[in-house]
Amino acid sequence: MKITEEMVDYVSVLSRLKLPEEEKGPMAAELEKIVSYMDVLNGLDTSGIEPLSHVFPLKNVLREDAVAPSFDRDALLKGSMGRDEEAFLVPKTVE
Amino acid sequence: MELTKLTALELGKAIQTGQVSPAEAVQAARAAIAAHQGENNAFITVTADAALERARTLTAGKAAGSPLWGVPMAFKDNICTRGVKTSCASKILGDFAPPYDATVVEKLTGAGAVSLGKLNMDEFAMGSTSETSFYGAVKNPWDLTRAPGGSSGGAAAAVAAGEVWYAIGSDTGGSIRQPAAYCGVTGMKPTYGTVSRYGLIAYASSLDQMGPIARSAADCAAVLDLIQGRDSRDGTSLPGEYGNLLASLTGDVKGLKIGIPADCFGEGLDPEVRKAVLAVADVLKGRGATVEEFSLPVMEYVVPTYYIIACAEASSNLSRFDGVKYGWRAEDYEDLTDLYNKTRTQGFGREVQRRILLGTFVLSTGYYDAYYKKALQVKAVIKKAYDEAFEKYDVLLTPVSPTTAPRLGESLSDPLKMYLSDIDTVPVNLAGLPGISFPCGLDGQGLPIGAQLIGPALGDLTVLNAAHAFQLETDHHKQTPKGGDAA
Repeated sequence: MKITEEMVDYVSVLSRLKLPEEEKGPMAAELEKIVSYMDVLNGLDTSGIEPLSHVFPLKNVLREDAVAPSFDRDALLKGSMGRDEEAFLVPKTVE
Repeated sequence: MELTKLTALELGKAIQTGQVSPAEAVQAARAAIAAHQGENNAFITVTADAALERARTLTAGKAAGSPLWGVPMAFKDNICTRGVKTSCASKILGDFAPPYDATVVEKLTGAGAVSLGKLNMDEFAMGSTSETSFYGAVKNPWDLTRAPGGSSGGAAAAVAAGEVWYAIGSDTGGSIRQPAAYCGVTGMKPTYGTVSRYGLIAYASSLDQMGPIARSAADCAAVLDLIQGRDSRDGTSLPGEYGNLLASLTGDVKGLKIGIPADCFGEGLDPEVRKAVLAVADVLKGRGATVEEFSLPVMEYVVPTYYIIACAEASSNLSRFDGVKYGWRAEDYEDLTDLYNKTRTQGFGREVQRRILLGTFVLSTGYYDAYYKKALQVKAVIKKAYDEAFEKYDVLLTPVSPTTAPRLGESLSDPLKMYLSDIDTVPVNLAGLPGISFPCGLDGQGLPIGAQLIGPALGDLTVLNAAHAFQLETDHHKQTPKGGDAA
C-alpha cells in the first residue's frame, strides 16, 4: 500500500495536526512501512467472522436517575489556559 | 534492617508490628530517590514532603486491614491524582493537576498507601522503551546505557532501584509486563475489567488495564486485592468476588497443566531468553505441574491487529487534547481550528502523532473495512485460539519479550522494529486475559530476563499462584541491580 504526502495531508486535517513541510515525506515513508506490514492480515481468511469489538459481552449499564452534585466549576476551569470566571475562552467560532 | 531490600509485604509487616514507622519508610524511599533520580529519571513529580506528612498522620492513626498499610509507592503519570500534576509525560498536558483521584488512587489511599509521586513513561503510554517522554528518557537501573522498557518504564525502574516498594502502571499491549521483565521485577496485567479504569487517561480503552509492579508475585496479589473491584464509574468493570488473592496463594501447582506455545519460541528469540524461560517450566514440573508444547498459529497476526486497534482508539481518545479545557495551549493562533492545529502539533511528540495519523487512516472512509474491521475480525480469531488453548491448559508459559533490554536510542530509529518486539505481550490484551511477568535469570551481559504466565479470563489467581510457586523455589526475583541500593 502506497502512502502519499497527499494522504498524510488528508489524515492530518482529520486529526487536527499540521506537520511541517519537511516532516511530511519521512512520515509518509514511515506510515507506508507500517501499513504494508499490516497487510499481512490479508493472508488470513476472515469471511463470515463477526468483528469482535469487546472481549466480554457488554450491555448497557444504567444507574439510578438521582440528582447528585456536579463537579465544582472553579476546580474544572482551573486546568485551562484560556478561561474567565465561568467559561472556557476560545476564538470566535461563528461569524 | 535494610528497608529498601524488603518486599512490600515484608515492609508492611514490619510497619504493622511497630518495628518500622511509615515515616521511616518514607525517609528511606526519599533517600533512595535522591540517590537514583539523577541517573535513572524514573519520576516526573516527587511528592516527598506530602508523603512524609501523610505518613505522620498514618502513624498517629490505626493500621487498617491492609497488609500494605504505610508502604511507600508511586503512580504512573497517566493516572489522575487530585491536585498533583498528571502529565502523561506529554507537553500537551502542561502542569495539569486533576480535580479528582482515579478509583485506584482512592482505593489505595483508603488502604493506607503513601504515594511518593508520579512516574515517568512513554508519552501517552505509546512506546516500548520509555524514551518518548517529554521529560526525558528513563534509564534502566541494571545498565544506565539501556532502556528500562515501556511504557511503564519509570514504574519498573523505581521498583528495581529500591525507590518505592511497589508502583501502579498501565498495560495496553505489555506496558507493565515488558518493563518489569527488562528491570528484573514482577508485574501483572489483570483480567480486563477487574480494575476500574476511572481516572486512567485513556490510550486504547478496550485494551487498557492498570496493575501492579512490585518485587514478588505475592506483592502483586496484595496490591490487586486492594484495587480490583466493580466500579460504577467504569461501565466495562466486571462484577465479581475480589480481594482474596493473597490469602489464596499456596504455591501448590500439583496437576497444573502448562502449555508452551511453540510459536512464541521461534525465529527472533534470543537463545538465552529461550533457555531461561523454558527453565521455568522445569521448576514448575519439579513441583508437580505438567508441561506440554502446542501450536498457537495466530502469532504472526497479533502485532498488526494490536497496532490497528490501539491506534484507532488512540486517534479518537486523544482528540480531547485540544488546548481548550485543560493543559497546554499554543500561542498566536488565528481561529479555533488554528488553535487546535498548533496546540496539537506542538504539544504531541512524534510517536504520538504517528499513532494518531495511523489510527485516523485505518478509520477513514475507504480504508475502514480493509484495516479496522479486518483487525476486529482477526481479534475474534485470536481470542478463539486462546479460548481453545485454555480448554487444554491452565496457564501458558511464554517469554515477555524476545530479547533483554535494548540500548537507549536503538528502538527510536525504527518504529516498526519496536512494534514487533511487542509480539509476546499484545495478544494478552487483545484477548482480555491476565498475564504476569517475573524475572527468571540474567543473560550473559547481566541483564534480567522475564518469563510470562498467561491465564484464562478471571484466572488471575492461577497465574499469580504459579509465579508464586516459582518464586518459592528460586531467588531470581530477589536480585537487585548493582548500585540499586539506597545510599
